[in-house]
Amino acid sequence: MTEADPVNTFRLEARELLETLEQGLLDMDADPTNSEVIDAVFRALHTIKGSGAMFGFTAIAEFVHDFETAFDKVRKGLAEVSPDLIRIALAAKDHIALLLEEEDQDPRSGDGILTELSVLVATGTGVQGTVAVVIDKAVEPGAGAGDVTDWRIYFRLGQDALVFGANPLLLLRELQDLGACDVTVDIGAVPTLSSLDPEKSFLAWEVILRGCASREAIEDVFMFIRDDMELELAPLDQQVKGAEEAVDPAAQKTLALAPAEQLAKSDNRTAAGGGSSLRVPAERLDDLMDRVGELVIAQERLNQLAHASDDVNLKAVAEEMGRLSAGLRDTTMGIRMVQIGTLFGRFRRLVHDLSSELGKDIDFVTIGEDTELDKTMIEQLADPLVHLIRNAVDHGLESAEARREAGKPARGTVRLSAFYTGAEVAISVSDDGAGLDPARIRAKAEESGLLAPDAPIDENALLRMIFHPGFSTAKEITSLSGRGVGMDVVKRTIDGLRGAIDVSTVKGEGSTITLRLPLTLAIVDGMLIRVGKERYSIPLAAVEECVELPAAVAHGSKNRSFLNIRGSLVPYLRLRDLFGVEGPPDTHPKVVIVSSGDIRVGLVVDQILGNTQTVIKQLSKLHSEVKTFSGATILGDGTIALILDIMNLVDFGQKIDARDTKLGRAA
Amino acid sequence: MSKTILTVDDSGSIRQMIKMTLSGAGYSVVEAVDGVDGYAKATSMSLAAIVTDLNMPRMNGIEFIKKYRQHPSSRGVPIIFLTTESDESLKQQARAAGATGWIVKPFKQEQLLAVIKKVANA
Repeated sequence: MTEADPVNTFRLEARELLETLEQGLLDMDADPTNSEVIDAVFRALHTIKGSGAMFGFTAIAEFVHDFETAFDKVRKGLAEVSPDLIRIALAAKDHIALLLEEEDQDPRSGDGILTELSVLVATGTGVQGTVAVVIDKAVEPGAGAGDVTDWRIYFRLGQDALVFGANPLLLLRELQDLGACDVTVDIGAVPTLSSLDPEKSFLAWEVILRGCASREAIEDVFMFIRDDMELELAPLDQQVKGAEEAVDPAAQKTLALAPAEQLAKSDNRTAAGGGSSLRVPAERLDDLMDRVGELVIAQERLNQLAHASDDVNLKAVAEEMGRLSAGLRDTTMGIRMVQIGTLFGRFRRLVHDLSSELGKDIDFVTIGEDTELDKTMIEQLADPLVHLIRNAVDHGLESAEARREAGKPARGTVRLSAFYTGAEVAISVSDDGAGLDPARIRAKAEESGLLAPDAPIDENALLRMIFHPGFSTAKEITSLSGRGVGMDVVKRTIDGLRGAIDVSTVKGEGSTITLRLPLTLAIVDGMLIRVGKERYSIPLAAVEECVELPAAVAHGSKNRSFLNIRGSLVPYLRLRDLFGVEGPPDTHPKVVIVSSGDIRVGLVVDQILGNTQTVIKQLSKLHSEVKTFSGATILGDGTIALILDIMNLVDFGQKIDARDTKLGRAA
Repeated sequence: MSKTILTVDDSGSIRQMIKMTLSGAGYSVVEAVDGVDGYAKATSMSLAAIVTDLNMPRMNGIEFIKKYRQHPSSRGVPIIFLTTESDESLKQQARAAGATGWIVKPFKQEQLLAVIKKVANA
């Protein structure tokens, strides 16, 4: 194992602790009395301070020490948790982050924050800290020069000392290091054999130490056990009698027990980094994924060879390889999956800051933090989500007065949720604000020339106008919006991730923007189908079932494009028509029923060939406009199969559905 | 056979630093991330000493020391705890629980080694 620099480890760790700290502070804001949260905040501070001082981050250690001192009052219930306190504490957290990333900060630059903090926790005993950099001098072996004396040392260990790990042999050896020793053991206190507890210590030792050892150096030998032992230490010539150096252990023990309960409270908490884990550079994971992809393709080839061969051994090996590579693929993808909660956490701070900046009282609710998504996807989702949340808070939620007038609670709600739907993850940002106003969007669209006046457009298409690059609600731009990411950028990012965006809104009740994303960008189980002479792959997770196309329907009119699947009508697409395949269709076409969200569409294919592992390769930029395909894969025989873009096909099917419904109504 | 030291700390950087220092001096070092983990590891191996933090999630250092001392395998195993300040009451608590000694953070590598040499028979 390579030993990385602990300083770098500390940086990573401190970033995580700061994250914990921020979450804790926001939790405190929501629930000021929760002592577990306060303890967690305190612990994060404490660790940052301790480790910071260890690794030379003196400015951090000093700053955090003062921060901690102020917060100790909160923990002890001496100061109240107020929104102001949380605000300053968050600012302090930001300052620590700054000190962590840029070491050449002016060490006094955080004084303002600390002053404010100490004022807030009242009593005003702002302790300017130096404690964190104090080094316990006692540990440093220091032989004082000067006094050349012989010493008489008499010591008796506490009865539990041996059990607690003290070792008289080591003590004697250490004394010997200081000078020549004459050691006499005192067995006077040893009980009779019948009442002897062999684990207890009953002996005492008298040591005559010759040489120039200082008193400090001798005391150092006993530093850990001083409190629980008898120690007489005197220069030999003075022969001081009595126990001037003896310490009464009983008096000190009483101190120890009272606050134990307090400490026990901080138990049973979910560990921030519980279990052992390993940090790996992301590139290595990408590399691993690439190799697994190549392996899967090679394995597919082996499969085909085995299939065509009569060799039983070859077949057995191919099967075994198949199992292993599938396992390897799943594990590798599992490694890449990250809980979306890591991303959600960041937004609490965003909402908190927006809330105070805009003077809007906001309830921020997150649901489904444990939903997992591919790491690269999580990273790319951050900016779009920031924008959506900002929009929801800034434009979506009304002012408190407007809300009250509308008969809604003054406190607005922004909800961020994630959940699985089939092979996708849906992430939605919703608010209970005024909702999008179609009339205003229309006016804006016409004004910016995106829509001809009076051109007919359905509501869904109209709402989607907000994703158009030229569309802007310039009038409403505040200091918060327009930080570089617009709705069109949101759309582009999601498109890039092969995802889709849904917008739904109810006037006066709020709007919801849902991002639907594929679970992974790398390898999926696919169903291989044939249309004409070409083969295509459909992501298996999107497949619900396969049915025969009923003969009556197969040869029936082309206008009727619905199937009756156990009582519900499902629109279907003939892929032969869609792809412009010439020639007569197969005699027994099949229908693959696929779903996206809760919408189902049937795809009529010529033949279903079976399952295949689909290693997704992106199409070139030249083909990026092709909506029907999301990528390509290499089959076992080296040929290429295009991957059907189910979301787009479902959308397409839906349009047919809508068109036919209209036709039906018109007829 | 090299002597084994268990380091119990929720801070990876501190564990790393302790490991580097002690393995440099010929000890083998086992890491644990909190008291629960520490207890599981401490009771399943033979140790020359334990270096534990006090301030940890799930099970703090004091509880860890207390619980470990109730286990027969803890007999005579020195426990050094790390503490940030020279907080006497905390020191007393840790010692009452069965700790052998302490090191005040921040410490230098030599100090850690000196303390380990002081308590571990090696």
